[in-house]
Amino acid sequence: MSYIQKPKAFHPALKKNKLGLTRRDYEGAMSTLCAGCGHDSITAAIIEACFKLELPAHRLAKVSGIGCSSKAPTYFLSRSHGFNSVHGRMPSITTGANLANRDLVYLGVSGDGDTASIGLSQFCHAMRRQLNMTYIVMNNGCYGLTKGQFSATNDKASPSKKGESNLFEAIDLAQIAIQLGAGFVGRSFSGDKAQLVPLIEAAMSYNGFAFLDVVSPCVTFNNHPASTKSYDYVRGHNAVLDKLDFVPPEEEIEIDYAEGTTSDVELHGGAKIRLHKLDTGYDPTDADQAINTIRERLNAGEVTTGLLYFDGREQDLHETLGTSERPLNTLPLGELCPGSEALEPINDRFR
Amino acid sequence: MQRATSPTDVDDPEYFHKVVDCQWACPAHTPVPEYIRLIAQRRFTDAYMLNWESNVFPGILGRVCDRPCEPACRRGRIEEKPVAICRLKRVAADYRDDISDRLPEIPKEGNGKRVALLGAGPASLTVARDLLPLGYACTLFDKDPKAGGLMRTNIPSFRLPENVLDEEVYRIVDFGVEPRFGEEVTSLKAILDDDYDAVFVGTGAPKGKDLNIEGRRECSDNIQIGISFLTSVAFGHVDTIGERVVVIGGGNTAMDCCRTALRIGGKDVRVTVRSPRKDMKASDWEIEEAEQEGIPIYDNHSPKAFVRENGKFKGVLFEVMRAEYDEDGKRTLVSTGEEVLFECDDVLMAIGQDNAFDWIERDLGVEFESWGMPLVDKTTMMSTLPGVFFGGDSAWGPENIIVAVAHGHQAAISIDLHCRGEDLVQSRPAPGHSLISQKMGIHEWAYENDYASTGRVDVPHEDLAKSLKDLKVEVELGYDDQLAFDEAERCLNCDVQTVFTGPLCIECDACMDICPIDCINFIENAAEPELRQNLRVPALNTDQALYVSPPLKTGRIMAKDEDMCVHCGLCAERCPTGAWDMQKFTYVKTQAAKPCQVNLDAYVQWSKAG
Ligand SMILES: Cc1cc2nc3c(=O)[nH]c(=O)nc-3n(C[C@H](O)[C@H](O)[C@H](O)COP(=O)(O)OP(=O)(O)OC[C@H]3O[C@@H](n4cnc5c(N)ncnc54)[C@H](O)[C@@H]3O)c2cc1C
Ligand SMILES: Cc1ncc(C[n+]2csc(CCOP(=O)(O)OP(=O)(O)O)c2C)c(N)n1
Ligand code: SF4
Ligand code: SF4
Ligand code: SF4
Ligand SMILES: [Mg+2]
Repeated sequence: MSYIQKPKAFHPALKKNKLGLTRRDYEGAMSTLCAGCGHDSITAAIIEACFKLELPAHRLAKVSGIGCSSKAPTYFLSRSHGFNSVHGRMPSITTGANLANRDLVYLGVSGDGDTASIGLSQFCHAMRRQLNMTYIVMNNGCYGLTKGQFSATNDKASPSKKGESNLFEAIDLAQIAIQLGAGFVGRSFSGDKAQLVPLIEAAMSYNGFAFLDVVSPCVTFNNHPASTKSYDYVRGHNAVLDKLDFVPPEEEIEIDYAEGTTSDVELHGGAKIRLHKLDTGYDPTDADQAINTIRERLNAGEVTTGLLYFDGREQDLHETLGTSERPLNTLPLGELCPGSEALEPINDRFR
Repeated sequence: MQRATSPTDVDDPEYFHKVVDCQWACPAHTPVPEYIRLIAQRRFTDAYMLNWESNVFPGILGRVCDRPCEPACRRGRIEEKPVAICRLKRVAADYRDDISDRLPEIPKEGNGKRVALLGAGPASLTVARDLLPLGYACTLFDKDPKAGGLMRTNIPSFRLPENVLDEEVYRIVDFGVEPRFGEEVTSLKAILDDDYDAVFVGTGAPKGKDLNIEGRRECSDNIQIGISFLTSVAFGHVDTIGERVVVIGGGNTAMDCCRTALRIGGKDVRVTVRSPRKDMKASDWEIEEAEQEGIPIYDNHSPKAFVRENGKFKGVLFEVMRAEYDEDGKRTLVSTGEEVLFECDDVLMAIGQDNAFDWIERDLGVEFESWGMPLVDKTTMMSTLPGVFFGGDSAWGPENIIVAVAHGHQAAISIDLHCRGEDLVQSRPAPGHSLISQKMGIHEWAYENDYASTGRVDVPHEDLAKSLKDLKVEVELGYDDQLAFDEAERCLNCDVQTVFTGPLCIECDACMDICPIDCINFIENAAEPELRQNLRVPALNTDQALYVSPPLKTGRIMAKDEDMCVHCGLCAERCPTGAWDMQKFTYVKTQAAKPCQVNLDAYVQWSKAG
């Protein structure tokens, strides 16, 4: 953390988006996380992605649980809606908010503790219901906020900073996500913005549940030489499955690539994801292949990153439930709650 | 072809020196940010001494310096208005205590060497200041009755009060020069025959340019050369002028002429300049002051003839011009065919100055270029005749006071080396410098790193009616201590450097993410032009350096664009490994006499000690 505020001054040549805003306009309060925390880098990537998506701040709702990671929403888009909930309960708060107002963009930020331990069931059900949101886990393999205890995503082979061994196998949140119905599953690394920013852009443009597992080293408790969640380890064992560009709606693809080296996936909003194949023959639309590949690489000690799984149907909870197109919170009270006259015939059906 | 940019050599003191834009731009390399911090701490006397040692005339320069530092100031690139460096210097002069016990001691016993200083302007005075403490006997010649040069004869007292001038000029004279004032030098040979060990020519560019157009001779009673007019006013020989005055010329002399005329009887005073207004030579602030006093400026007016009617002077006929630019932006002035007559009583001609070396015999060994200027070595200031040195306006034509001072320092070094029989180039002293961490605690620095977003503080002015009535009333009142503090806080402390230690970096991006200006990049190396293009914000200002690290662990490099860095220290605060540190860089241009840089040396040493 720092005591001074970040100077408002910015480079006069800083780019503006179509809203006339610079990247700086998407910032939040000064971070109070440890200097060098991966979470701050993910924050910077979210800022960059929202700037590029030209998202007006009032269209975004940021929701989080408890943890260093869950503090992060304070540090971006200070003029958006926000809810810092209780530990592990970000998914239910988001579900409620989303059902009441389907028009906002929902960005949930959580930690590996918040998600894989106390909040695991909430996480699972939000995916199973295909809630329309982006769910980012800032994954550092430990409970940073409470001084670095092992979390459920910490690899068995990865001891604590003081050398205690980890007794349990790790939960791979990405594999669970693919199994439980998340339509968009990606993994990345806080230290690789070139990969992370377009993944966030694509995830936030996806209609349905988009999950991003972002390895985010805890410099204070889990960045030691034996850790598998350290800057050095992830850099040394990063198996990049595919690279992607995010192409916003109505924008032409500028660079020409040799034929056959790329494939495009179109999102329902008109944006495109352009995938660059890295000679692996990897097909992210095949869930079985995805899980197999992730497991194989994991056994080889590698961390798979990139767009891991993509379901082109973009199904979401509102569609499944057939809720009104118009957000519930904008319905006149009379329509939202038609009163006992409307209830009577319904009750009659059960008599 | 070079494929990669080489790592920056930060051990070369000139690298970080250049980052301190103001100090780098100052011909005397005054440690600007350091004295501004001293002012913020109300240590006015210390601030004054650092200035006095560097630039000899802080009270004078704090009012009338040409201030090359201000256009260079980084603050001006970020939000248009630079720090008022010059006016802060004046604050140090205005509020300091007595400094007599902090001045260098002049040895009672001389070193037996004699130096002749020709012309008593700032150049010669600087040489005298630097040589007297070493025991040189300095004889100072000037045709005028008092020392000061153009600072006395041409810079009007409403910009530079006489008491301020006298104090700083006579402080040096009183160190013990042998004054030969009121004595015009008419032969260099005669001086050389007097067996001086060295001669310094600081006679300036004393001749005002004339304009030989139709009617010049017939109307000569009503036409004066600007610098002669100002001299006559300064010495009290002239104290009135006609009501309608036309000033010809667009430089600073023209601005001083028109404002002087307005104070001694001029009512309708106009400035005319051949070129478009934006090409005027005068400093913006001088033009602004003249306009604030209600003087109109007619641009694109080229004088064609001085006109008489019925045996009486009538005015000046002008041709109205238009600027045309070719593809390369080169300007030509073409006539529009329109002509206008400005009727007036007096004309002041301020179109430039020339040097006058008719008193230097051409067979002495002092060689001249074809256009009448002496051949002078840029480093040593020596002419082609060993032992004869030039500096100030006499060396390469009209410049300004701070350039004259810088020349004086270099000439003094050369004269001392010359008199000691040492090589003038090989034996020149290296600059003093140091680089010291400013870290005090986790979030604490030995400098104020918070960014002050306030705009430039205006300097209060004397009531206009009052100052127009009296030539001697100083127009600017200067900052009071609160205004000075507010202005001082705008300084970005560019001497507190961002120093990067690559092997410590874990490439976490924290510094890159926090930097408000997007200076920092972790990037693939490339040849510099390409690298500049590839940065987060392309580094298009090639006057400013890129700070490039050797390859880091991932093979990438750190590249920092120095251009806009506000020296907030956030990169260093956010770095988990201390790969960035904020370190104060001191740089002192070494002078001839150690006793003249006691405070400067202490500043380097003190900083070294931490
Ligand atoms: C109107 C005007 C306004 C100016 N305003 C500013 C300003 O605001 N800020 C700024 O920085 N600069 C200003 N300048 C420029 C500045 O004054 C000069 O650049 C500076 O004074 C040059 O210093 P110098 O020591 O080389 O010579 P000068 O100051 O010119 O001194 C030379 C001295 O040599 C004497 N001399 C010449 N020939 C002989 C001889 N043969 N024998 C004996 N003595 C001789 C002269 O009498 C004079 O005293 C201004 C100049 C003018 C004309
Ligand atoms: C109900 C409840 N139980 C326990 C805690 C204590 N607690 C605070 S943060 C945290 C773990 C956070 O870990 P993670 O989500 O990985 O966040 P990180 O700090 O690592 O980013 C725990 C257990 C709590 N705040 N609330
Ligand atoms: S404790 Fe770890 S996770 Fe928390 S802010 Fe510090 S580095 Fe980040
Ligand atoms: S001091 Fe560091 S963070 Fe601040 S502007 Fe300069 S490079 Fe950026
Ligand atoms: S904050 Fe420090 S360790 Fe991190 S990238 Fe910057 S210099 Fe390197
Ligand atoms: Mg965690």
